[in-house]
Amino acid sequence: MAAIDLWSMLFVLVLATFIGLQVIQGVSRLLHTPLMSLTNAISAIAVVGSIIIAGEQKTMLSTVLGVVAVAASVTNIVSGFLITDRMLKMFRERAPKQEPRA
Amino acid sequence: MIAEHLTQASYLLSAALFILSLRWLSHPKTARRGLAAGVLGMAAAVAGTLLHPGIISFTWIVVAAVIGTIIGVPLSRVPLTAVPQRTALSHAFGGLAAGLVGTAKYILWLQEGHLTTFRMSAITIEVILGFLTFTGSLMAAGKLQEIIPTRPITYPGQNVINLSLLGIAVAAGIGLVYRPELWYLFPLIIVLSLAFGVLLVVPIGGADMPTVISLLNAYAGLAAVAMGFALENKVLIIAGALDGSSGLILSIIMCRAMNRSFTNVLFGAFGQVQTSATAGEAKTAKSGTPQDVADLLGNAERVVIVPGYGMAVSQAQHRVREIYDVLTKKGIDVKFAIHPVAGRMPGHMNVLLAEAEIPYDALVEMEDINRDLPQTDVVLVIGANDVVNPAARHDPKSPIYGMPIIDADKAKFVIANKRSMNPGFAGIDNELYYMDNTLMLFGDAKGALGEVVKALSGEGGGH
Repeated sequence: MAAIDLWSMLFVLVLATFIGLQVIQGVSRLLHTPLMSLTNAISAIAVVGSIIIAGEQKTMLSTVLGVVAVAASVTNIVSGFLITDRMLKMFRERAPKQEPRA
Repeated sequence: MIAEHLTQASYLLSAALFILSLRWLSHPKTARRGLAAGVLGMAAAVAGTLLHPGIISFTWIVVAAVIGTIIGVPLSRVPLTAVPQRTALSHAFGGLAAGLVGTAKYILWLQEGHLTTFRMSAITIEVILGFLTFTGSLMAAGKLQEIIPTRPITYPGQNVINLSLLGIAVAAGIGLVYRPELWYLFPLIIVLSLAFGVLLVVPIGGADMPTVISLLNAYAGLAAVAMGFALENKVLIIAGALDGSSGLILSIIMCRAMNRSFTNVLFGAFGQVQTSATAGEAKTAKSGTPQDVADLLGNAERVVIVPGYGMAVSQAQHRVREIYDVLTKKGIDVKFAIHPVAGRMPGHMNVLLAEAEIPYDALVEMEDINRDLPQTDVVLVIGANDVVNPAARHDPKSPIYGMPIIDADKAKFVIANKRSMNPGFAGIDNELYYMDNTLMLFGDAKGALGEVVKALSGEGGGH
């Protein structure tokens, strides 16, 4: 691998980290639990590496490892996005309505 | 070559969407748009990957995706009180995926002779972080689910042993970087990382879980970054960096909210050494009936409710909402004081109260509510303990001295709901309960608050 690739990856890492720190600091404390489930789902981007290994089927062992990794990542993608959606639906503003108690 | 450009374009789109996704999460009003951006970003990345020319069969990919969906859907339907466990479990899956991909890449590149120094270094970091996150998060999930004892488990020389394990793993990794063909070092690294993950979380107690979960979140992100370096994949680096910085920021917020350092949380085994030394001193707390509590609340103008882990354990958030409704209907101003470390993960209380349909503008952060507390008539503490312990302000000998707290003691009256007089997690006695203007409401939060609601509504009907 050319040295230039290493450096470009390091640039990407540093810039992404700065953006991440900046953006996350802006997230309301109200939403820290959904934030965590959303970043869970996003970091399951590991699925892209797993898919290639599971699909290349180069050796028996690597395929098995890849398949388990895809399953683990998809679990995080599915459950992460769904539970974030479930939680975000619950946050609502003070409404003027007065609901009678059940 | 067109496929390669399409793949890279989809990764670029995906990276941009992930950043927007977190950007929009800043406020509840735009948060769901943020979620949509995240889903689109993931879809773009997966679509771009499926174009990869090396993929000879989709069968196993589809099978794995189906299995993941079958596990993932029920995991997203857990009760909200179990969200901390679910989060820990998903960190475990994230760590596992990173560890397995690293292992597979090592095997393949070793056979093909493609293990450069750089790749080997990235894989080593990926595998150590991935596998320690895997077992560490499983332990955290076990503690949160109370399958494993939540109290800190300590033994002599713990820190030395733990750090030695990690040290040997790193040394073996360095060995592999220079001599990738020493394959037997690889399983050694895996085993040591797995063991280190377990031992890292074993000595950490339940109340420190918010910090531990945040930290494991950061590790999972870093493992993804390392994978990105190994696979030379920039969208992995970006998404991992976003996840890592999120975990880092949450950890810092949690540590600050407890006035403790990372090292103290990780190696301090908080709460282990304290014994109830003050128990000899005969102090009496006043106990009140639900009717007493209802009278106090009903005659107040401003009420602040301080929820804690006890509310989550007892699933009492809906009873709390009923109290909120009855009091608001009487024209009483009701707010909620949220301590950053209340509960078992960042934002835990907010989600539970939102579930009970309490509007989020009634949820106030600690710093802001403390200004209002001296003008507050009644503070109702529900299953919170250390976060309202005044000793944190004035007793340098207290283990929680210096921790920012909600100044419940400054209100005119305090009502504290607890199951019994047992001290909280840290084993520290709370002088708040013995103050002249404090009334204890003993009993499980759900039941006790239900009685209060009954008393409140009965009184309301009589007027």
